[in-house]
Amino acid sequence: MLICSDWMLSPRFTADVTSCPFPRPSQGDSSMADTGLLESLLRLLETVDDGTDSQDVAADLGVDHQVIVGAVKSLQALGEVISTEQKSSKHWELTGEGREIAEQGSHEARVFNAIPDEGLPQNELMKMPSGKVGFSKAMSNKWIRLDKAHEGGPRVFKTVETIEDTVRDKLQLVQKGQSAKLEDKEKNDLKKRKLLSEVTVKSYWITKGSSFSTTITKQETELTPEMIASGIWKEKTFKPYNFEAMGVAADCGHLHPLMKVRTQFRQIFLEMGFTEMPTNNFIESSFWNFDSLFQPQQHPARDQHDTFFISDPALAHEFPQDYLERVKKVHSEGGYGSQGYKYDWKIEEAQKNLLRTHTTAVSARMLYKLAQQKFTPVKYFSIDRVFRNETLDATHLAEFHQIEGVVADYGLTLGNLMGVLHQFFTKLGITKLRFKPAYNPYTEPSMEVFSYHEGLKKWVEVGNSGVFRPEMLLPMGLPEGVSVIAWGLSLERPTMIKYGINNIRELVGHKVNLQMVYDSPICRLDS
Amino acid sequence: MPTVSVKRDLLFEALGQKYTDEEFDELCFEFGLELDEITSEKEILSREQGDEKAEGASDVVLYKIDVPANRYDLLCLEGLVRGLQVFKEKLEAPRYKRVSPTASVRPHAVAAVLRNITFTQERYESFIELQEKLHQNICRKRTLVAIGTHDLDTISGPFTYTAKPPGDIRFKPLNQSKEYTAAELMSHYKTDSHLRHYLHIMENEPLYPIIYDSNGIVLSMPPIINGDHSKISLNTKNIFIECTATDLTKAKITLDMIVTMFSEYCDEPFTVEEAEVVYPDGRLCVYPELAYRTETLSGDFINKRVGINESAESIAQLLTRMCLRSEVSGEGDLIQVEIPPTRADVIHACDIMEDAAIAYGFNNIFRSTPRTYTVANQLPLNKLTELLRQDLAAAGFTEALTFALCSQEDIADKLRKNIVETRAVHISNPKTAEFQVVRTCLLPGLLKTLAANRKMPLPLKLFEISDVVLKDETKDVGARNNRRLCAVYYNKSPGFEVIHGLLDRVMQLLDVKPGRNQGYHIQAAEDSTFFPGRCAEIFSCGKSIGHLGVLHPDVISRFELTMPCSAIDIDIEPFL
Repeated sequence: MLICSDWMLSPRFTADVTSCPFPRPSQGDSSMADTGLLESLLRLLETVDDGTDSQDVAADLGVDHQVIVGAVKSLQALGEVISTEQKSSKHWELTGEGREIAEQGSHEARVFNAIPDEGLPQNELMKMPSGKVGFSKAMSNKWIRLDKAHEGGPRVFKTVETIEDTVRDKLQLVQKGQSAKLEDKEKNDLKKRKLLSEVTVKSYWITKGSSFSTTITKQETELTPEMIASGIWKEKTFKPYNFEAMGVAADCGHLHPLMKVRTQFRQIFLEMGFTEMPTNNFIESSFWNFDSLFQPQQHPARDQHDTFFISDPALAHEFPQDYLERVKKVHSEGGYGSQGYKYDWKIEEAQKNLLRTHTTAVSARMLYKLAQQKFTPVKYFSIDRVFRNETLDATHLAEFHQIEGVVADYGLTLGNLMGVLHQFFTKLGITKLRFKPAYNPYTEPSMEVFSYHEGLKKWVEVGNSGVFRPEMLLPMGLPEGVSVIAWGLSLERPTMIKYGINNIRELVGHKVNLQMVYDSPICRLDS
Repeated sequence: MPTVSVKRDLLFEALGQKYTDEEFDELCFEFGLELDEITSEKEILSREQGDEKAEGASDVVLYKIDVPANRYDLLCLEGLVRGLQVFKEKLEAPRYKRVSPTASVRPHAVAAVLRNITFTQERYESFIELQEKLHQNICRKRTLVAIGTHDLDTISGPFTYTAKPPGDIRFKPLNQSKEYTAAELMSHYKTDSHLRHYLHIMENEPLYPIIYDSNGIVLSMPPIINGDHSKISLNTKNIFIECTATDLTKAKITLDMIVTMFSEYCDEPFTVEEAEVVYPDGRLCVYPELAYRTETLSGDFINKRVGINESAESIAQLLTRMCLRSEVSGEGDLIQVEIPPTRADVIHACDIMEDAAIAYGFNNIFRSTPRTYTVANQLPLNKLTELLRQDLAAAGFTEALTFALCSQEDIADKLRKNIVETRAVHISNPKTAEFQVVRTCLLPGLLKTLAANRKMPLPLKLFEISDVVLKDETKDVGARNNRRLCAVYYNKSPGFEVIHGLLDRVMQLLDVKPGRNQGYHIQAAEDSTFFPGRCAEIFSCGKSIGHLGVLHPDVISRFELTMPCSAIDIDIEPFL
């Protein structure tokens, strides 16, 4: 089975909704800044014709810039009172250490100043808070020297009379808002020393709006029962809604997407008059899973590598004895017009229990049961789990759901099988079908079903089908003229295509993404 | 499905016609083959080992063609070409002839001789490749049949097929410089990337099979290795082929395939020299069988099964195109169909019918709706499940879909249960611990789903209605499925009341009223999975159907969860 990644639809669940600055107003809207500040802002704005920057407003009104940003947002919510444009500007700011230096001097200056004329033992100097950094900087500035051989241990002496603390001077300039006076290189050096940082400030350029006014009328957020009773709503203005925002998520449970698709396939079979088979038996004997289907005992599918065998309970008992003898004979000697496989058929092999590898094991049981009665035509279907001990990858798991349809009647033809498949796939929205000869041990003829994929512009396999072999049907006791046509496909593959999922583990099993389950749309296979 | 890799130009030369990739793909589709990949040695090398290694490799175009698993006659270039040429009516299917013997072998084997063969590099490679393909497919990785091919001019018959203790066998194996005993060889090949896969077939046998010629020269030690002495080369003129087997039918088919494919290159094409095989009981058989079989069937049978309306003559023509030489017998619409030794897959009239349909063209068959009248029925258990699922989602729970297979730990240790009490079905050949048992309850799957979605906003409310499997001696296979409903509530507080409320809702949906006798009720119970004093057993109409409660903190931590969790687990089959 192959799934081409480019066949997948683009991710459907781009939950990333246009983000919007405000949620719709709700009860007790606390985001409204106090009216006094808003009115101050508006009065300030009245005096400037071409607008002003929110940072300047903050400086003028002596409040933090963030407070002004809040006020601007509140005013925006009132309609066209003001109009704004977002701006961002960069400016230099002192770090904590930078502020300390602007106040107390650079580490190297503090070290220099601490050294008396008769010098200072190095170990003492190093105990100063600025000791380590200040010492090396002062040394490289050649303000001080170290006498290692001094008696009583290494001692530090001044080498110059006075110094100029340029670092402090530069930082003070920045502090006063005059960073423009410094060269870029100087600023970057200070940044490297973690004394300066460049910050981006988002501000607003505020201008008067079309309905500018310096007074604020408080708008109502929501209609209340009291307003309706008193009729006061007629005099109120209401805060506008933000229709860009998402609504509150509905409080509900969700069905799993694979199960939604299963429901649709079930529906399709029921619409076509098919009866559901009892597939609630995961454990099956090799006899019903393989031998009854005329699948020889040396077939590779019966290998440990392909099938999960059961160690407990290891063996099945109680087979319909007459039927078992007929199955043994048709495998080992032939009969019913067949040459058989001519090998030594062993009951021990047929008794081995396994996890069914296909729901066709159930079809075999149903057809055997049907053969024990007076024959009436039947149409059967099932959708249930099957198990394969295969190599796992992004599209293969050890268990998956098989969809199977079976029709038994006198005189069914290969053309009839194609006709039923055409009807079935039309209900899935697939109308262009073609068929490729294939091999399957229990069907002859066998056909792979291909559909034309409009997106990929090529034919892709969508299922498998065939006419059950007489060596399977006649030993069961079905009348000679009865043909049984059948087809199968996996449930996971159409679901992955339908919901645009690339990795089967995101769909099936515990690693499922619940958000995907929550968000998955309803399933209409034909649209 | 086996894949055969052929050089495109060589293929087209043999077919006597050039195709575009699309045209050839189309031809394959009609014939039931699949042009899987168009590539070159260079491309394959560069993909597998990087561009550097691929430097200088051949960029001759290769077609990789998928062949149906039962068509051993299409496993090499020669067979493919013969099949397609006959299909396109450019060639008549050859007749394979057997001529008188010169060699004799003894017992349990089949053999044949190809006389005066002419190899070219390509033919030789194809010959080796076909043996490998047969070994992998019909020979089931040499377990059923092993093939040995030898330069007949280096050995002299009669040949003896016998068995000896590994210590007593000593010879120089193919492409080795010295002699080894069989026992030494088995350890020598343990590291051989190719041969080590076959050692297990013989490993524990007390005696190893071995073939000698009349001078005591070792031809082969099947199914492991041939002797170096008789190895074939490009210059080999006469080939002795032996197949040793545990399945005689498959050995005969294998031998037939090799000789029918490569007798094409003999001086007298399609002619094979036979070999007598004398069994220990004195029975004498002659191989290869090259058996032709004739089946008689009516045109009406084909028409009725396929759904077409062709004359017997045209059906005979269709079949002839599939290498099944057919003639109208003159009696009504009866057709005599001859099945050649290459078509071992044709074992019933239905196989002939399929070939007629393929030659007619599957996609030329009229698609008609059968008139089968039936009334649809749902399986009651699935109908109930579908209805309940809808309403559980409406009750605010989200459906999970978890695996039926899991580890022993999941259903036992992690739930504080003893594995013996679980009545679990055990898998004998799991590749990993995830597939040790079939689940006996749905709870572990739901808890693992919670663990994988811990970042989602709380509360998490999940449910699943699905089958678990329990051992049951009353069933023919010793086990049965049981349809269960399980739900969990995961939040900062245990929410027993939420899960209890869900039980009430489910019972309401099932039209069971609260009450001790005809209704449902819950009753304090002890269960190691649940927190002591926080678990109740659920009874409906006096019968226990499951449990609900707050999970034991150890269970929560063992599933890598951190919040309290309550759960309900009930059997829904009593409500059918």
